[in-house]
Amino acid sequence: MRNTGCDSLERRRARATKKGKTLRAVVSCLVTCALLSFAIAAVRAQQPSSVTAQQTMGGPPGVYVIRNARIVTVSGPDIESGTIIISNGKIESVGAASANAPAGAVEIDGRGLTVYPGMIDAGTSMGLVEVGSGAPGTVDLSEVGDLNPNAQAIVAVNPHSAHVNVTRVGGVTSVVTMPIGGIISGQAAVINLAGTSPREMAIVPQAALVINFPRVTTRSFDAFFNPVQGNLTEAITTRDRQLEQLRKLLREAETYGKAQDAYARDKSVPRPDGNVMLAPLVPFVRGERPVIISADRETEIRAALRFAEEMRLRPILLGGNEAWKVASLLKEKNVPVILTGTLDLPIREDDFYDTLYENSSKLQQAGVRFCISTGDTGAHVRDLPFHAGMASAFGLPRTEALKAVTLYPAQIIGVADRLGSIEPGKIANLVITDGDLLEARTHVRYLFIGGRQLPLTSRHTELYDQFKNRR
Amino acid sequence: MRKLIVFVLLLSLYGAAIPAAAQRQSASQQRQAAGAQETLIRNATVLTISHGTLQNTDVLLRNGKIAAVGQNLKASAAARVIDATGKFVMPGIIDCHSHSMLDAVNEGSLSITSMVRTRDVLNPTDVDLYRELAGGTTTLNLLHGSANAIGGLNTVVKIKYGRPMEEFIFPGAPPGIKFALGENPKRSNFQSQTQPRRYPATRMGVEEVIREAFTRARDYKAGWDEYRAAQKRGEKNLIPPRRDLQLEPLVEILEGKRFVHSHCYRADEILMLIGIANEFGFKIRTFQHTLEGYKVAREIAEHGAGASIFADFWGYKIEAYDAIPYNAAILTRFGVNVSLNSDSDERARRLNIEAAKMVRYGDMTEEEALKMITMNPAWQLGIQDRVGSIDVGKDADVVIWTGHPLSVYSRVETTFIDGEIFFDRQQDLARRPDILRERAELERAEPNRPPAQGGASPERPRGRRPAYLDADDIWDRGNDQR
Repeated sequence: MRNTGCDSLERRRARATKKGKTLRAVVSCLVTCALLSFAIAAVRAQQPSSVTAQQTMGGPPGVYVIRNARIVTVSGPDIESGTIIISNGKIESVGAASANAPAGAVEIDGRGLTVYPGMIDAGTSMGLVEVGSGAPGTVDLSEVGDLNPNAQAIVAVNPHSAHVNVTRVGGVTSVVTMPIGGIISGQAAVINLAGTSPREMAIVPQAALVINFPRVTTRSFDAFFNPVQGNLTEAITTRDRQLEQLRKLLREAETYGKAQDAYARDKSVPRPDGNVMLAPLVPFVRGERPVIISADRETEIRAALRFAEEMRLRPILLGGNEAWKVASLLKEKNVPVILTGTLDLPIREDDFYDTLYENSSKLQQAGVRFCISTGDTGAHVRDLPFHAGMASAFGLPRTEALKAVTLYPAQIIGVADRLGSIEPGKIANLVITDGDLLEARTHVRYLFIGGRQLPLTSRHTELYDQFKNRR
Repeated sequence: MRKLIVFVLLLSLYGAAIPAAAQRQSASQQRQAAGAQETLIRNATVLTISHGTLQNTDVLLRNGKIAAVGQNLKASAAARVIDATGKFVMPGIIDCHSHSMLDAVNEGSLSITSMVRTRDVLNPTDVDLYRELAGGTTTLNLLHGSANAIGGLNTVVKIKYGRPMEEFIFPGAPPGIKFALGENPKRSNFQSQTQPRRYPATRMGVEEVIREAFTRARDYKAGWDEYRAAQKRGEKNLIPPRRDLQLEPLVEILEGKRFVHSHCYRADEILMLIGIANEFGFKIRTFQHTLEGYKVAREIAEHGAGASIFADFWGYKIEAYDAIPYNAAILTRFGVNVSLNSDSDERARRLNIEAAKMVRYGDMTEEEALKMITMNPAWQLGIQDRVGSIDVGKDADVVIWTGHPLSVYSRVETTFIDGEIFFDRQQDLARRPDILRERAELERAEPNRPPAQGGASPERPRGRRPAYLDADDIWDRGNDQR
């Protein structure tokens, strides 16, 4: 299905559940409460008891001084040897000069080390699925039905997922996490990868609406994953119907918003009933908040851009495997792209081998706003720097590759005032390494999220410690 | 629909382009004939794998072999000379777990399918092979899927893309077979309501299936041994035992002539198979995936098996939930031969980065990391005398990188197999304008006229098997239709 679906959301779901579109059917047919609880028990049974310690939050947001470190601010020039002061969860100061330590500050000697802003992956479903296959009780990726504007990722993010710690110790400190599937998948949240509750993690709880843009798919899979070749005419009809359904709902939301405004101004007009379907859509159809629209192929991207323009949405393209073919249009319409396919196999057999490796470089040259994402649901978000590294091996300048996983995702998702670079006043999400942040050979030495120093431990380091000296 | 036709035509174009490239190549080979197919790679940083890193070093490839490694080497006048100043040379990457170019991965209808062969379903035109060459991979262990406890026979190939199938086969590579333990052979994640459940459904049953098979194989072998002994004694009118194609490969395992490559996850099932191997007196050559290998590293080392693993793939199913990226480090420290495999047409293009991760996780040295994609898998496949390092006399399977292959910023410049170029970035770039032009012509061609403009309704092309992406056979099913 990944070869034919060409749909980043489907791909991601497939990656997570390995069952693609049939997940819901399978779940509803097969899964009884007993099976669910069995699956959860099975997950628990495999967790060594010592692993529960991994959820430690680290200390409170304290006062820290990092000295003598190379500082890659990303937004400004690098500082070869500088000082950063962290307090109240924020970056208080950054500079080349040696600063006096505030009283009670914890000093960190950064000699030989480099400080980077924490990386941001803008295309994940972090915390919404623990084990994709064989444990449906741990999967909260997709709601039933096609239109779910009320499915909010922030509600179901599991702060205690092993993926959270595993990801952050690699230097990814924030993600956009989103439901997937259907037509309106739900609402994405921007979260920090630290916190004991979704609210503590949240930076923007309702950051964007997620639309899985209707597309023509003639190939699907039956309940037993056998490929089913559909009828093209029917597929086009289905796509048109889905698009019309979406259009109608967004228009209704617009009208609903107007009705509410009218009633607020004048209580003599009819009072609109509460509507949980339409109310959450209002800020999105008014263009007050962005809409993440997933599309990969050129025709789908063009259709998505037309649709966004028609509905006056603020689109962010997700996926974008053929965005390079639409670069001038994306630039013209100023639509940013969250590229999730850098390491995917090229879509077509006759695509050049480096088509997707080069995608971001071509967008950068065309002046399109973009960022690089793993597009992974959670377990492999830690590979984000290597996706950017591959883009750089194929033409994206190194400074741009770094921005593509720090400042650019922050800008695209509208949190660049708080995240994405090392500047005074920003949230203190910092990664201190012994080498280039994007290199797989590099080690993370210190980690700060929200001004808290976090232990470099995860489910994986704890299992490592448990077994490395087994006799 | 129009696209589909274009697609078909482009496919044929692509197919046509390759022999053309091969022709060009053979022309240059003819030119080289006088120089006996020589290539001199000059002034590179050479990662020999077997004896350290050599700076400013030349590598001479002649007649398909590495002829010399050293400084200021001389080549004949007809030799191709490549200035590799500032570049890195390493052996071709060996992927010990691949399903590339297999038109079918699983004969999953039975629990023991040792009678089927991957050799019968190889597609040498699979474009992902070219993409793998472009990532520096030269040798693949093509394994049957993991739908059954005892699966089909493997094939070891060199990626001689553009050549006939026969030229892919790695000459002299010891034969092997796929075994599988855990969730896949017990079909935990593949149950359907219309298909009957297949035995086994538990790890107990998986053990029993393997034990039962080897019990039969032992009797079968005894029958043949008795027959041959009687023949030797000169007895007349003997009736030979009936040949059993399912049991013959198992007899080869018992005789140490066929390598067992066993897919596994949990520590307990690893110990189970070691127990059966000890009981029947055979050796497991590699455990594949081996996600919980780190929990029983000592036992694996004692048995003498290698482990061919993912660098850091985890969490996609219950038995993968305890996988850790430190697996390689622990196994290596306990003395296990560890390789990193792809099990994916996608990942097979960047196994260098998978190796680089091992420096991050568990502080392996760069040399240890590189061994895990070269020398170690070569040993696991029994081809260590032929490939896996830059040593005089070994096959000239050599890759030139723009920088250190463990850096994310490096890419492959040229890939040699047996001294011939099978990927070259400059050649690839040079071909593109022609390919784009031909593609545009095809799109304008009459058969591609859209039906709306009077064109005929196109026939849907028979698609190839989708790229093998979901590592670990998550998609595999009995009937092998993904």
